[in-house]
Amino acid sequence: MLKYLGARLLYTLPVAVGVSIVCFMLVHIAPGDPLTSVLPPDASAQLQQEMRVIYGFDKPLPVQYGMWLLKTLQGDLGTSIATGRPVAAELGRALSNTLMLAALATFIGFAFGSLFGFVAGYFRDTWIDKAASLVSIIGVSVPHYWLGMVLVIIFSVQLNLLPATGAGPGGSGEWRWDWAHIQHLILPAVTMSVIPMGIVARTVRALVADILSQEFVTGLRAKGLLDFGVFRHVVKNAAPTALAVMGLQLGYLLGGSILIETVFSWPGTGFLLGQAIFQRDLPLLQGTILVLAMIFVALNLMVDIVQSLIDPRVQRS
Amino acid sequence: MTQPLVDVRDLFVTFHGERTVHAVNGVSLTLQAGETLSILGESGSGKSVTLKTLLRLLPEKRTRIEGGVRVRGVDVTTLSGRSLADHRGGVVSMIFQDPMLALDPVYTIGEQIAEAVMRHEGVSRAAGRVRALEALTRVRIPSPERRLNAYPHEMSGGMRQRAMIALAIACRPKLLLADEPTTALDATVQIQILLLLRELQQEFGMGMIFVTHDIGVAVEVSDRIAVMYAGQIVETGSLREVISAPQHPYTRGLLAANLHGAAKGERLSAIPGAPPALNEAPTACPFAPRCPSKIDVCERILPPVVRLGPERYVRCVHAAAVASPA
Repeated sequence: MLKYLGARLLYTLPVAVGVSIVCFMLVHIAPGDPLTSVLPPDASAQLQQEMRVIYGFDKPLPVQYGMWLLKTLQGDLGTSIATGRPVAAELGRALSNTLMLAALATFIGFAFGSLFGFVAGYFRDTWIDKAASLVSIIGVSVPHYWLGMVLVIIFSVQLNLLPATGAGPGGSGEWRWDWAHIQHLILPAVTMSVIPMGIVARTVRALVADILSQEFVTGLRAKGLLDFGVFRHVVKNAAPTALAVMGLQLGYLLGGSILIETVFSWPGTGFLLGQAIFQRDLPLLQGTILVLAMIFVALNLMVDIVQSLIDPRVQRS
Repeated sequence: MTQPLVDVRDLFVTFHGERTVHAVNGVSLTLQAGETLSILGESGSGKSVTLKTLLRLLPEKRTRIEGGVRVRGVDVTTLSGRSLADHRGGVVSMIFQDPMLALDPVYTIGEQIAEAVMRHEGVSRAAGRVRALEALTRVRIPSPERRLNAYPHEMSGGMRQRAMIALAIACRPKLLLADEPTTALDATVQIQILLLLRELQQEFGMGMIFVTHDIGVAVEVSDRIAVMYAGQIVETGSLREVISAPQHPYTRGLLAANLHGAAKGERLSAIPGAPPALNEAPTACPFAPRCPSKIDVCERILPPVVRLGPERYVRCVHAAAVASPA
C-alpha cells in the first residue's frame, strides 16, 4: 500500500512541473513584453532596460523560470496589476468562495445523481429508467448560465425568496455561516449541481446495469441474500468508479464556472479568472491558472488514493 | 420408498424474449438423499437450465416454468420472497463453473461466506467468520486463516473453487448443485476438486446433482447418470448401466467420441451434425437428423419413454422394441 502511494506521488511530480512550466510560459507567449502593460507608453528605452534588469527579464528563460518557481513555492504569486493587492490574497478569498460553492454543488449533484442512476440501473428499460435518464440528460444538456437565469427569474424576481447575486448582504463582506449569507449560496449551488448530477447519474446507471448483469449477482442470490443484501454488494462494486467521477467533477467545479459565477456575481475563482482575462491582469491570470491546475493534480491524486482504499484490485496491480 | 430429496416431474422451461427458446422439454428426475446424479450433455442441452430451475435462478420475467419441481416435498415454483431466499443457500446451494465470475470481486472470501451464514442462521458477524474459517478448513484450502481475508483475485483457480465450495457447504445444505465446477480448472486440479466434492457429499450426506459435458468427470463422481439432449433426458440409469450398456444412440455416440480408451492412431468417432435450434418444442425425436439408426417413425413422433428397469429409462423407439413402454 505504501509502495503504491509512493509511486503514485512520484507520478505527480512531473505533471506538476509541466503545469508550472506552462503557467510560466503564459507570460512569455502573450504578445508584447510583460513590462509594456506596467510602464507608461512613453517610458524611455533606458528606463525600460533598467526595469528589465530589476525584474530579471534580461536573464535567460530557464533562470527566470527558476527564480519564479522559487518565489511561487514560497507563496509569492506576485501582485495584481489591476488592484495592486497580492495575487495570493485575492486567490485565497476566491478559492474559499469557490470551494464552498463547488463542494455544495458536488454534494447535491452526487446525491441526486447516484439516486437517479441507481434507480435507473435497477429498473433498467422500464419507464422509471426512462424518466430518470431523461432528467439526467436534461442535466448535462441544459446551458447552465441559462438555467441560472431561469432560477433567478423564478426564485428571486417572481417569488422573491432568494437573493440573485453576490456572496452576502451589502456587497463583499466576510463570509459567515448564517442564513443571510447561506441564502446567497443556494441558487448558484443548485445551478452548478446540475452538471455533476447528470454525469454521475449516467455513470452510475451504466455501472449498476453492468454489475447486475454479472454472474456474481446470481451467486449472491444463489446463497440466499435478500434484495438489500444484493444491493450492498452492488453499492460497493459501483462505489470506486462513482467516487472517482465525483472527484473529477469536484475538480472541474473547483476551477469555478466562469459563466455561473458571472451570472450570480459569485466572487470565486471563475469570476476572478474572467476578470483577469478581461483586464489583461497577467500576474493574476498566471497565479490563478497555476493554482487551479495544481488543485486538479492534487485532486486526481486523492481520487486515486481513495479508489485504491476502496477497491482492493487497484492497489495491487 | 421415502420421499425423494428432489422430485422433478414433466418440467418445461421456455424463455421468451427476442426469440423463444424451449430449453427444457419434459424432464423428469428424482434424487434420493445422499445420492449423486450427473447430468451429461453438450452445450445448450438444457442441463444448466434444469439445475438453475431448482434454485429459481432464471430471469423471472422472461422464463416460463411448467411442471412440478419439488425439493424435500416443497414446491420450488411457488416460493417467493423470503421463503425463496431461505431455500437458496439454506436447503439447496450451488457451485458455479467459474468462481472468478461467481464471487464478488470486492469482498473478501471470509466476508462472503460469513454473510451467507449470517443470513441463514441469524448469527453474529464474528460467529459467521468462525464458521467461514471452519468451512475453508473443511475444503482443505492451504492456510485458511489467511484466505479469510483474501480477495478472489488473490487466489489461484483451484483455491477459488475450493472457496466457492466452502461457501456452498457453509450452511449445510441438503442438496448441492454443481454446474461444471471443474471445467475452468487445470486437469491436475480437476481431480482434486472432484475427490473433495465426493468426500464432502458423503460426509454430509448431501444429495448432489452434477452437471458436466465430460464423461470422465461423470464417471468419477456419480451414482447415476442422466444424458440430456435438446432439453430432454434421453437416457438415465445407474453409472454402470449407462456406461457399459448404453441404449440410446446419442449416448453411444458420446461414449464413442470419448478420448478415454482410444488407441493411438485410431480416429475418434464424432457425432455428425449439430444439435437442433430449440425455437420450437420438439415434435419428433430431436436426435433423428443425426441418428445412425434412424427409422421413418423417428421423424414423425416423439419417441416414448421406455422403462428398462427401476430408475432406468430410455427415450427411443428402438428401446421400445426390447421392453414394454413405461
